Amino acid sequence: MRPGETTGSLSRPGETTATITAAPPVGGHGGLLPDHDAIAEWRRLRERLAHAGRDTAAVTLAAMAGGIRRTVISTIAGAGLGHAGGDLSVTDILTTLYGAVLRVDPADPAWPDRDRLILSKGHCSVALYTTLATCGFFPAERLSTFAAPLSPLNGHPSRRSVPGVETSTGPLGHGLPVGVGIAVGLRLRGSAARTVVVLGDGELQEGSNWEAAMAAGHRGLTSLTAVIDRNGLQQGARTSATNELEPLADKWRAFGWEAVEVDGHDHLALLDAVTAPHAAGRPRCVIARTVKGRGVSFMEDRVEWHHQVPDAGQARTALEELR
Amino acid sequence: MIVEELHDCRDAFADELVRLARADSRVVAVCNDSVGSSKLGAFAAEFPDRLVNVGIAEQDMVGIGAGLANAGLVPFVCGAATFLTARALEQIKADVAYSLANVKLCGMSPGLAYGALGPTHHSTEDLSWLRAIADLPVIVPADPAQTRAAIRWAAETDGPVFLRIGRFPVPDVSPPGAPAFTYGRALRLREGVDATIVATGTMVSRAMRAAALLEERGVQARVVNVATVSPLDRDEITAAARQTGAVVTAEEAVPTGGLGAAVAEVVLETRPVPMRLLGTRAFAPTGEPDFLLEHFGLTADGIARSVLEVLGLDHA
Repeated sequence: MRPGETTGSLSRPGETTATITAAPPVGGHGGLLPDHDAIAEWRRLRERLAHAGRDTAAVTLAAMAGGIRRTVISTIAGAGLGHAGGDLSVTDILTTLYGAVLRVDPADPAWPDRDRLILSKGHCSVALYTTLATCGFFPAERLSTFAAPLSPLNGHPSRRSVPGVETSTGPLGHGLPVGVGIAVGLRLRGSAARTVVVLGDGELQEGSNWEAAMAAGHRGLTSLTAVIDRNGLQQGARTSATNELEPLADKWRAFGWEAVEVDGHDHLALLDAVTAPHAAGRPRCVIARTVKGRGVSFMEDRVEWHHQVPDAGQARTALEELR
Repeated sequence: MIVEELHDCRDAFADELVRLARADSRVVAVCNDSVGSSKLGAFAAEFPDRLVNVGIAEQDMVGIGAGLANAGLVPFVCGAATFLTARALEQIKADVAYSLANVKLCGMSPGLAYGALGPTHHSTEDLSWLRAIADLPVIVPADPAQTRAAIRWAAETDGPVFLRIGRFPVPDVSPPGAPAFTYGRALRLREGVDATIVATGTMVSRAMRAAALLEERGVQARVVNVATVSPLDRDEITAAARQTGAVVTAEEAVPTGGLGAAVAEVVLETRPVPMRLLGTRAFAPTGEPDFLLEHFGLTADGIARSVLEVLGLDHA
């Protein structure tokens, strides 16, 4: 038996040993294959944005984000599960990165010199899945299987089953250490690819982030960018009422990073923040000021929409507001 | 009197890792300020860029290992077994095993090796914790030959693995001329019909000595060396239960979840026979490893006594 295989025994005393062996999709993706039409459309969008003026770029990215938000709402409403508030706060960050920044190939998710994105706040999987489907990593119609029995689209993103997912996330404070390892590894390999880790603000209470921040600063990982979805709310309360994070930018600077703060719903501001050249020898932290539930009036900045699921009427209202 | 030559398996580990690194530029070492205790000095001297010392930060160390694997490297992540496994257990589960990252976790100086430094430094729960994680092979070499072979296998095989690299001095137990390590296979070191001693790591040589003591009492004990604790070689364990009718397990770890529990599961499911599970069943008192092993009955005498007990011969 090789690692990756699992064996469940059905044998009872006195019986011959009977085993069921099920091989999980090691390196495979549970049936999620590239959507070549969507890839072609995404490539055209990237090409357009590469030559577009700022006004056109802003309109294009806003349209992409609007589509993702609507799909997030309908996917969560359909599944009866999800983290709508955080999905809507992180949407513009993911849109900007996949729409205009990351050098990835949805037709070849394991391309060795790809840029890496890790969504450390893995509970916002629906925003990530929708963005990946928009790029063509898999067909968008598969989103309707989210959280359904045996779906590759788990409540939290799994590297085993979703192409484009670099590491399985869900428990908080895991993404940045992995991102540091990727950046160190790519540098060792002589690759120019970059690594972007998107974190929640609440998860900065996990100490593992600061272990990783210290290591990244010490190692001068200029290919590493952390983007903080700073919506100010965590599952149970405001971050400021739980564990004050401010002065947040100063904390990152003290760990040897450069830090910038931007409006996390302004695509061009995000674009500038993640593409400006790094100061010599410093990883960058982009603190993206966001609103949880952004775009849906009754969800915005409301702590209960961390993981509340909209009913049919609320979903209809949300989709109208996001039109 | 023949004095056995004893070995610290970390030396074989360190030497083999340097050989692998010379042959494969993807091999890197990661540690938590443990260059000395992980015996990575020679590696650091020859491949300074390929040693990633993350400092005293085990969660970060395992996450960084997963990241290095993602970038196409083959990281050997080395730290004192208790800090590696206890402090970073969630990273081992989520970043390594669940993510199927090609990370080689190397738990150094496991069991009671830190002696009088005390239970905070003893790694006696690692086998239980890691055996509970799916898709994470748990490998415990018993001597330098097994250590070298297991590391070579790990480097050649894509996927996560935990290797328990012993520090407590052990004699050679691998029969010359045969493969020292085959993944997933337990190795029968001595034939016997009256009982089977199933041992792992440091306990293997003691199990062999116990079998010799038992022979003087007219008891023919089989000895099985389990180097792959997970997934366990079910066939060899079933054969032991069927053919010898009694099983004693011995490990330098808590048997509640480790080798003892693993063997008991198979015996219970296939051919229930009387068993004794030897291991550490409490936080250790103060003392050096030899003393502590004796304290827990993890000696040739102690193992032999348990075999007699399980056979009902202890008062004979």
